[in-house]
Amino acid sequence: MEDKVIIRTKHVNFYYGAFKALTDITMDFRSNEVTALIGPSGCGKSTLLRLLNRMNDLIDGTRVEGQVLFEGIDIYDPKVDPVDIRRRIGMVFQKPNPFPKSIFNNITYGPALAGMKSKSDLEALVEWSLKQAVLWDEVKDILGQSAMMLSGGQQQRLCIARALAMKPDVLLMDEPTSALDPISTAKIEELIQDLKKQVTIIIVTHNMQQAARVSDRTGFFYLGKLIEYDVTETIFTRPNVKHTEDYITGRFG
Amino acid sequence: MQTAIPQRSVRWRYLKQGLFFAVVRLSAALIALALGGLIVYIVLHGWEAISWEFLTEPPRDSMTKGGIMPAIVGTFYLTLGAISVALPLGIVSAIYLSEYAKQGPLVRIIRIGVNCLAGVPSIVFGLFGLGLFVVFLQFGSCILSGALTLGFLILPTIIGASEEALKAVPATFREASLALGVSKWQTIYRIVLPNALPGILTGSILGIGRAAGETAPIMFTAAAFYTVKLPTSVFDEVMALPFHIYVLATAGTRIEETRAIQYGTVLVLVALVLGVDLIAILIRSYIRKKKRW
Repeated sequence: MEDKVIIRTKHVNFYYGAFKALTDITMDFRSNEVTALIGPSGCGKSTLLRLLNRMNDLIDGTRVEGQVLFEGIDIYDPKVDPVDIRRRIGMVFQKPNPFPKSIFNNITYGPALAGMKSKSDLEALVEWSLKQAVLWDEVKDILGQSAMMLSGGQQQRLCIARALAMKPDVLLMDEPTSALDPISTAKIEELIQDLKKQVTIIIVTHNMQQAARVSDRTGFFYLGKLIEYDVTETIFTRPNVKHTEDYITGRFG
Repeated sequence: MQTAIPQRSVRWRYLKQGLFFAVVRLSAALIALALGGLIVYIVLHGWEAISWEFLTEPPRDSMTKGGIMPAIVGTFYLTLGAISVALPLGIVSAIYLSEYAKQGPLVRIIRIGVNCLAGVPSIVFGLFGLGLFVVFLQFGSCILSGALTLGFLILPTIIGASEEALKAVPATFREASLALGVSKWQTIYRIVLPNALPGILTGSILGIGRAAGETAPIMFTAAAFYTVKLPTSVFDEVMALPFHIYVLATAGTRIEETRAIQYGTVLVLVALVLGVDLIAILIRSYIRKKKRW
């Protein structure tokens, strides 16, 4: 099992100013698995997710203690460029956030700035990414149109395609379906299952059934602490901690 | 059972609403009337002076006859110079303030400074320009000195508008770009700036109008009382529309004789400023139509 670990956090504490948002998080994320992070609002699960590709750097007055190892390298080492980390650890956000550009340019934006210049390469990449995100058939004839014209569900799949176009090793998803209708949600859940063959997925979700359906492992957070972390089936059928059971069965949260 | 809402209170509420709307409409109408009245007044008094000769010929006979072409050209150069100084400087400052600077006391002080700059009387800018550009840097009274002075005058307007425009670009765009492993500068250059451009243009519209119309800042730094010669370099003195109006209306010996020319010049100045505004507004609405979020 040890060699499959792609990201490992070691005794991570995280502060927003004086507020301690995460306490002593030690957690392994295994490659080609889907890991779900669950817990009530404000429990720190999104904070942890954004720590993993250094998106929290953007907020003034935050501080990290401990280590976040990505393939053995501490991503908070001063020598590490967060830009390199984010190229390899992509992210999909809660609300679909396509750029006000064409569908085509939404996909090619990142790769082109990373140095991919050849038009044919970019065209192939657009097709590949959109097929990965199961959006190709719906948009292949309107690639030049603005992404803002797509429906919410389509926009979110475009955002997934855009992230995949960077060929990341890990894809972080921050409640990717919370703004979507049930049909779009089902499509994205299906997509997550297919994608894990090539990319490691870590997903934050408020939806308990979603965690149970899509993930291999689940971590339950409460007040900035990792309460329980295990194989999803175990968490949902025979959790070790009473607290976890209470949350999952809806007795609080 | 529900308690019925008393009819009287509903009627009273509609009455209040109607009253409020009437006040709002009246205010809007008053402003439109004032502006419209001003323009009508200027056009009525000024249109007789307007002719092809008036626009294309220099003044003659101690400025009681002839045209205002040198002043039009001078104002054009001064405004162009001011905007090409202030726009890049203003945008870069705004990017620093809203994107890079750590929000804290220093930035707050800079912002207060910028706001204060916007409130400084224009004659102070004129004296500042005289001291710095004309005398200390020995540029003399010329287009360069005048354009730099006007540039500083409109800088706060442009910084303010640009900062607002940059802030109006959704944070989610920045996040999306950065999460793709795109650097901060590229994110600003490729995503933030293009989307902020319509707002930044609005700022420069206001700036252009102000730069073209100001008299005090160019009085000591660029404007000539009378010169027939068109400028050949940025170190030449020029005539300018607002200063020409000022000279004709106050400093001449035959003020009454030049009344028609004064109104004509005012009309040209107002038409120029409104024309520039119109062009910028058209560009802005075109860009807005293209970018939607």
